[in-house]
Amino acid sequence: MALAGAVAAAALLPVAYLLVRAGDGGWSAIADTLFMARTGRLLVRSLGLAAAVSVASAAIGIALAWLTVRCDLPGRRFWRVVAALPLAVPSYVAAFAFVSNLPELSGFLPTFAALTLLSYPYVFLPVAAVLERVDPALEEAARSLGDGPGTAFRRVTLRQIRPAAATGSLLVCLYVLSDFGAVSILRFDTFTRVIYEAYRSSFDRRPAAILGCLLLVFTLGILVAEARTRGRARYYAGRGTPRRPALVPLGRWRWAAVALPAGVAGLAIVVPLATTVRWLAESVQADIDLTRVSAAGGSSVLASVLGAVVTAAAAVPVAVLAARSRSRIAGFIERSAFVGHALPGIVVALSLVFFTVRFMNPLYQRLPVLVFAYVVLFLPLAVSSIYGSALQAPPSLDEVARSLGRRPLEVFRTITAPLLAPGVAAGAALVFLTCLKELPATLLLGPTGFETLATRVWSATQAGAYGDAALPALLLVAVGALPTWALARRGGESLS
Amino acid sequence: MSATGDAVECMGLWKAFGAVQALRATDLSLATGTLTAVLGPSGCGKTTLLRAIAGFERLDGGRIRVSGQAVAGPGLHMPPERRRVTIVPQEQALFPHLTVAENVGYGVKRGARRDKAVAAMLELAGLAGLGRRMPHELSGGQQQRVALARALAPEPSVVLLDEPFGSLDAALRDEIRSEVAGVLRASGATSLLVTHDQEEALSMADSVAVMRSGVIVQHGPPAEVYRRPADLWVANFVGRANILQGTVSAPGKVETALGTLALAEGPDEGAVDVVVRPEQLHVVATAAGDPGAGDDLAVVEDRRYFGHDVVIGVCLPTGERLLVRLPSAEPMPVGSRVTVACREPVLAFPTLADVP
Repeated sequence: MALAGAVAAAALLPVAYLLVRAGDGGWSAIADTLFMARTGRLLVRSLGLAAAVSVASAAIGIALAWLTVRCDLPGRRFWRVVAALPLAVPSYVAAFAFVSNLPELSGFLPTFAALTLLSYPYVFLPVAAVLERVDPALEEAARSLGDGPGTAFRRVTLRQIRPAAATGSLLVCLYVLSDFGAVSILRFDTFTRVIYEAYRSSFDRRPAAILGCLLLVFTLGILVAEARTRGRARYYAGRGTPRRPALVPLGRWRWAAVALPAGVAGLAIVVPLATTVRWLAESVQADIDLTRVSAAGGSSVLASVLGAVVTAAAAVPVAVLAARSRSRIAGFIERSAFVGHALPGIVVALSLVFFTVRFMNPLYQRLPVLVFAYVVLFLPLAVSSIYGSALQAPPSLDEVARSLGRRPLEVFRTITAPLLAPGVAAGAALVFLTCLKELPATLLLGPTGFETLATRVWSATQAGAYGDAALPALLLVAVGALPTWALARRGGESLS
Repeated sequence: MSATGDAVECMGLWKAFGAVQALRATDLSLATGTLTAVLGPSGCGKTTLLRAIAGFERLDGGRIRVSGQAVAGPGLHMPPERRRVTIVPQEQALFPHLTVAENVGYGVKRGARRDKAVAAMLELAGLAGLGRRMPHELSGGQQQRVALARALAPEPSVVLLDEPFGSLDAALRDEIRSEVAGVLRASGATSLLVTHDQEEALSMADSVAVMRSGVIVQHGPPAEVYRRPADLWVANFVGRANILQGTVSAPGKVETALGTLALAEGPDEGAVDVVVRPEQLHVVATAAGDPGAGDDLAVVEDRRYFGHDVVIGVCLPTGERLLVRLPSAEPMPVGSRVTVACREPVLAFPTLADVP
């Protein structure tokens, strides 16, 4: 209990300090920043982009889920896995693919397209999972009560997927607000890009802090909105395994319908991969700087392993507490995918910069601070992974083991630890892969000269050295595909 | 072993959770080698009593002795692992990552004897040959027996069973109850079963302790608890009971809507509540067309058929409604006019309003 509290407090401390720093210049400084015309434009751009991407993602996600789960789409099982894969592509890799093909691309439209192509799986996965589970008896009941097939789908089935679609769209919204890679490469000024520029270019870092707080207000607001929609949307799920619904025949549109998943997958996966491979081939003919790439790989692995180990260790007490308390914490943990996205990497990084400069100057731009940022960012990810295992080890098992004559430490060794192990391993692996792809915190907090695969893709793309970005980008997509594949195979339950 | 030969003695136990007083000076003794059922409605404190004996709850007051040794008392709280008290929890709580044999052997000291003890226990519980299975590969009944075998294997002073049949479906429950009772008897263990199901308590246990609001209100053999309930509440809770208002006219006689009944036990005078079990009543159908069949007869209002017997609801001319259990062969359709009589001595308790 105390341990879990300590972890939570440590995770929130730097963010709290960001608020203090933002208030440093007093109300007039805050007002100056907030009421700059630029801030207004920034707001409109950021929220507009987030809203547009959310709506487009919902449309694509629901359509793909319906086609691959409920229709006789040719190869629907294949498309169902493929449709989840864009989740594996980091946004800066997709942006790199766009820009390296058409260097003049910038602004709203390309950013919107890139982010939509990458984030619609947040809607697709939970909606597909719900469609899979919807009991056909519901539609049958509606039909027997006088609805035609289309009306029954609209009045019954669509209502069933609404909570999953809403939740997924809000997740997309958070993803877009926190994204740094795509907006910075495609030069569309949203919060994250402007915060980064303000931090890099000016000696006065207060505006960055104030904008960071403002961004935080919006993401936390979305988190609250999510909790509320979820609170109302308690949908009844039939018990047991329902019968599989009959597939909707698409008739002569059957093959034409393949264009949608194929087109989306082409743009979101094939274009980045093909581009990367092309640049790679070109750069091999030139001289590829393998030592630099392997050094970046080594740094990535070092930071990510440390991040994964520390995060998983910190997550264990939190997950166990959540699994064993009946109450609200458990619900909070179940929504941890959201909590994680509600803290944009740039904001966490910025707050840690302020915090270390002020209180732990010797640690400024040292590895421990970067690892700590990973812990703050990805703790929810690890907790939700360990939570499932912790449910497998309820207190009644401890009690039985004690009554059978074993002391508490022995009980932990023989019962609790073996039951938690799979969740801890999965959580650590997931955090490891996520750390590899992390960009803004690594940029801000990495030691001077510290280059990871992610920062390498970003800086090489910024510099127009596309050949240098290719190999790291390919490596990142490859490692990202692993957990996404597993998630798609499981049916995206953990996202819903 | 204590002087009384009791495996467990609980003396004046107190335990509160916040404002809720779960145990109030609770007393209970378990005779060695017997199966005792603690029977009470949910929230009566029976699970707290069990957890206090196991050592999972720290008492606010009172003492517990197990095999004559003090395990809880003022300034004393022996940890669960040293009490030699094992438990079969509600949902079995088998260790999911261990095989059946490893589950059963978990509480047995390592050594050459362990394998033998586990094999003997599996045999006793009818699990021979299943030792290498994982818990999820077993049926509900088998899991139940593994949980029991695991609790019995270390040869504890007492085994506690916490509503162990609640998670089983009705068809299995009867069979598994008798299997469990059989295994417990064969092992010679002292055991305590906590349940809210009176049928389970009456059919399985050597003695039944009825608990209400943290107090054991009656403790005795099942037949005694059923035939001689300590008060009206126990009469109602243990088995079906019809309650009639009556007046004691003379010692051993009580006037009720059913006429004058013989009193088996009760006060010598005053207003009383009379307990009549449904199987103590007899009904006689009036012959069809009998001109006397009029308003002074009872009417059958409903009829529930159970195969082996039938329970009918009758309404007396005075308005009281009674349940009557009959052999199912008797035809007694709804709407029949009947006379109702009670030929056995009944129990009566002073009407509560009469108590000063």
